[in-house]
Amino acid sequence: MSEQTPAKERTRSRNSRGGWWFLLAVILLYLLIALFDIEYARRSLQHFLKMGRDLLPVLILVFLFIWLFNLSSSMKEKLVGLSGRNSGIKGWIVAVTGGILSHGPIYPWYPLLKELKGHGVRPALIAAFLYARSIKLPWLPLMAHYFGLTYMLVLTFYMVLFSIVNGWLVEKLLRRGDV
Amino acid sequence: MIERKKLRQSLKQTTRSFRQLLPVLVGGLLLACLVVQVVPQLIHMGLFGHDTFTDTVMAAAIASVSTGQPVVSYLLAGELQKAGIELVTVTAFLTAWITVGVVSLPAEAVMLGWHFSLWRNLIAFLLSILIAWLTVVTLHV
Repeated sequence: MSEQTPAKERTRSRNSRGGWWFLLAVILLYLLIALFDIEYARRSLQHFLKMGRDLLPVLILVFLFIWLFNLSSSMKEKLVGLSGRNSGIKGWIVAVTGGILSHGPIYPWYPLLKELKGHGVRPALIAAFLYARSIKLPWLPLMAHYFGLTYMLVLTFYMVLFSIVNGWLVEKLLRRGDV
Repeated sequence: MIERKKLRQSLKQTTRSFRQLLPVLVGGLLLACLVVQVVPQLIHMGLFGHDTFTDTVMAAAIASVSTGQPVVSYLLAGELQKAGIELVTVTAFLTAWITVGVVSLPAEAVMLGWHFSLWRNLIAFLLSILIAWLTVVTLHV
């Protein structure tokens, strides 16, 4: 493993502390709300426990997936190769299809995306992946039930199309910021 | 055959990533659970019923700060439609709900960078309005 530079270590330490500060801020917000409306805070906490229970299996799955990813350098290189700077149309297909097929809440996916970003995956493809995640295959029949089949098909088509537009625009704006 | 040392090393690396994620994950979920209760109240408070453009932007804004399963957005969008809100507004609500994540923004920013997350969500917000308009236009062709 390569040695970490002091600057990288400082950034990592700042990033990890940022998460704890964020959690502390949310806990303080709960305490503040509980002072005015204890019932609201209690209901939110109950909701959180239920969501946490639902999330646990997905988290375990993602943990195993990242472990496997870290373990196999060839797999890592392959995935990065498929979505790196010169990946072209293949990279877009991998990002959008991956986004559509990925399931569960977004939070467990962040460490994997961070890992991929660190290995040179284009921001455009990460943004396209995140946008395409909004197409939830298991929920599509329900959307068709509420709003009609044509509506569901038209909206899904635009979501796929605009996941690429979103990724392209994000990368353009990030590059402009770097200039 | 995978070496034991490599196995341990990658496990350590993965655990470190998850340790960094844990407070963000817990904080993000706690925040999401606070916000999700406000949305139905906002709808009933009569925030809609102005001109189509204002309603659409308002719907997309409310949906952006909301979170939860897509099915929740279908139910709420159904309520909006029943209340006589136009399809373009309802579609903007649905699209922004699933593509914009103000609640998950801090977590996303900690992991992927503030510039990336802010631009991504801002563009997704604007696109939700454009997609809503395009969807309704396409349906009426």
